[in-house]
Amino acid sequence: MWTLFQIEVYKIFRRPRTYIAFAAITGLIGIIQFGLKLDGEQYVEFMMRDITSSITIEGNILNGYQVCYIVLQVLLVHVPLLIALVAADMISGEANMGTLRLLLTKPISRDAFLVAKFMATMVYTLLLLIWLAILALFLNMLIFGTDDLFLLKSSYIVLLRENDIFWRYCGAFAFAALAMSTVAALGFLLSLFANNSIGPIVATMSIIVFLTILSTLNIPLFSYVKPYLFTTHMIGWKEFFDIKVNASNEALSGTIQHPMRIVQSAMVLLTHIVLFLLISIWVFRKKDILS
Amino acid sequence: MKKIRLLVFSCMLVAGIQAQDMTPLVQKVRAKIEQVKDYVAVGTMKTDVSFIKAPIGKVKVYFKKPDLFSIKKEGGISLLPKGGVSINMSSLMATTSFVALSAGEAVVDGIKTRVVKLLPMNENSEVILTTLYIQEATLLVLKAVTSTRENGTYEMTMQYGAYQQYGLPDKVIFSFNTKDYKLPKGITLEFEEETKPLTEAEKIKNRKGRVEINYSAFTINQGLADAVFKK
Amino acid sequence: MQPLVKITALTKQFGHLTAVDHLSFSVEPASVYGFLGQNGAGKSTTIRMLTGLIMPTSGEIEIFGLSLAKHKKEILQQIGAVIEKPDVYQYLSAYDNLQLFARLSGIRPTRVSLMDQLAQVGLADRAKDKVAGFSQGMKQRLGIAIALVHQPQLIILDEPTNGLDPQGIADIRHLIIHLRTEMKKTVIVSSHLLSEIEQVATQLLIIHKGKKVKEGNASELFDPAKTVVQLSTEQNETAWAVLQNSAWQPYLERITPEGIILKVDRRQIPALHQSLVQLQIPLISLQPRHSLEDYFLQVTTPGYVDTLSN
Repeated sequence: MWTLFQIEVYKIFRRPRTYIAFAAITGLIGIIQFGLKLDGEQYVEFMMRDITSSITIEGNILNGYQVCYIVLQVLLVHVPLLIALVAADMISGEANMGTLRLLLTKPISRDAFLVAKFMATMVYTLLLLIWLAILALFLNMLIFGTDDLFLLKSSYIVLLRENDIFWRYCGAFAFAALAMSTVAALGFLLSLFANNSIGPIVATMSIIVFLTILSTLNIPLFSYVKPYLFTTHMIGWKEFFDIKVNASNEALSGTIQHPMRIVQSAMVLLTHIVLFLLISIWVFRKKDILS
Repeated sequence: MKKIRLLVFSCMLVAGIQAQDMTPLVQKVRAKIEQVKDYVAVGTMKTDVSFIKAPIGKVKVYFKKPDLFSIKKEGGISLLPKGGVSINMSSLMATTSFVALSAGEAVVDGIKTRVVKLLPMNENSEVILTTLYIQEATLLVLKAVTSTRENGTYEMTMQYGAYQQYGLPDKVIFSFNTKDYKLPKGITLEFEEETKPLTEAEKIKNRKGRVEINYSAFTINQGLADAVFKK
Repeated sequence: MQPLVKITALTKQFGHLTAVDHLSFSVEPASVYGFLGQNGAGKSTTIRMLTGLIMPTSGEIEIFGLSLAKHKKEILQQIGAVIEKPDVYQYLSAYDNLQLFARLSGIRPTRVSLMDQLAQVGLADRAKDKVAGFSQGMKQRLGIAIALVHQPQLIILDEPTNGLDPQGIADIRHLIIHLRTEMKKTVIVSSHLLSEIEQVATQLLIIHKGKKVKEGNASELFDPAKTVVQLSTEQNETAWAVLQNSAWQPYLERITPEGIILKVDRRQIPALHQSLVQLQIPLISLQPRHSLEDYFLQVTTPGYVDTLSN
């Protein structure tokens, strides 16, 4: 099993395709950083135009923490595509190359093979998020410095103190890792059903887009299914950036407004991951390798 | 209906003309305040606006005669009512050209006060009208309501303690009106969730913002460079 | 002697299509088992079932005396297979591919031994090159190196000569003979070409539409006493009539648009040729074929069967 896992990780990182995602993230973050470094003040003014009519905001709003939040907000919607690029190719890509039949004539159990591949997919997903964290958080902390985090939510504003932010990002990245793992698990499952990777990649993205639309729409009919859709919970990382207030509306450092929401969302995502993996194992056990 | 309104207006006007000139009282209060040429104060600031979740922050407040005033937070981001930052007792009375009229008496925090309307003579003044609630015995302003041209009306309530001989408060509460805050969820990239609509009473309450500064110590008349006030 | 591979009533259905239909056969140790059938006959499906790639709908597969369904891992440890195309990781070098699959086969060969294996298939000088740039023949040789890297007892080669040039085909043929005679390995080799199988196989199975149509020892099936000759003349009907009144009458089989079919001993062909000259039959061609080939063509070529029935 360990050997299989090592081989799978080795294979992932020997493929040029793997680095597309890393390059894409680097490029995207680079562009955002460049833009904000150059024209950040205007962007902040634009974002703040509604509240600056009654409130004066002083301080370094566009600091590293803020830029990281902007990056995550923009990027985490698109990272699933990059995840799907590799995850949805895990089995289908081998089928397409013809290596799947060679692999499975080797003395390895299908379950072990599949789990090893799944774990390698998770490693890829995690490394991608670590790379994202390095660029979006640590690099931005270096470039833009650190300060309080001023966040505009749809119905209120949150101001987080500088010393109360880093742990939230740790939590947010951990949660994002879980959310992206769900995408990876879905892509992985779909990769079992095709002999080329385009189909599963497109299917994974289509499902995510479709479910995200359902999650976004505020139609009563859909509100019954929304809590069960993994897409509804994928933006749960934002909950780390909401803070509790006491009776006199004073924000309490180190608190999270809805910690249970994070737990619930994490449970939903985890359930999806386990479910996708179990279905994958079940399907793969019975699968005839015809490629 | 129109007649009644006209009558009430006339009465008010008459009352105003007959009002006692409160300039001496205001001058006394001013004299007390003017003992302080500059100060540096440390304290905490709390922003209490319904749509803002902000923690209490430590602030340093700098003042220098005649009207230099600055609230600084070291390194952090601060939220203050627009234009209200510079409003403090000294700046309210910095101008010498005003008309001070008595508007009766009122009770503030259980203390009987004299209500004084302060009208700037300068027509271009940003401040249109200031109402001061002065405790005559101690010559302390307990409450001030200022209407400005650009930034609406502010209310300032002050509580005094250790530094009352200088006319410096321990606690200042600014109240101000805020606009409704709402951003589309598409911009903030949030999903719709079911929220109970606010009642009218809540909405009105929500439009009131407060900034509370609690001073813990003042360093008075130790000299202060103008550079401190530069941004 | 216990057979190395024993297949009993093996059946595979894909929906309504029965790809393999109650197929039974057994493979003796140290033999080359030729698996013959046209494309789509069920060869690949059977071979994939033998290697665990496809689950049988019903039937039993026993290899090394063990049930494949129950002891897949142990069995696969002793099998090396090249199924269809020898596909490997294009983005890895020949050496990396060989090493990777060796590890998957449960062994950790040394660098020297891996290079030695590559040398045996003539790829030593290309060991560090990415497979993406390899020719079909080089890939096939690498595929065979991968199949043999863990010294398996049973080697399964599915259409190993597909896409190869004549030299490549000859190399594969020599390799198969070498594996059996020198290394005492058992080889199952499938092909849709009898000519390939006849030169290497010791046992033979012809399948058609998923069913066994012929099985036996190659020496019996390729018996020279059972040679079919096709005569092509200027006027086949006239020639047929002449031959009917000759000493060759008992050997006459049938007449087809292509010519006259006779079944003779291979050693009688010179005499037949002489008689044709004496009988003044204007001969265009005389093609000797194994009766097995004739038979194979009959069962596997629909057109051929049709001409027969006419």
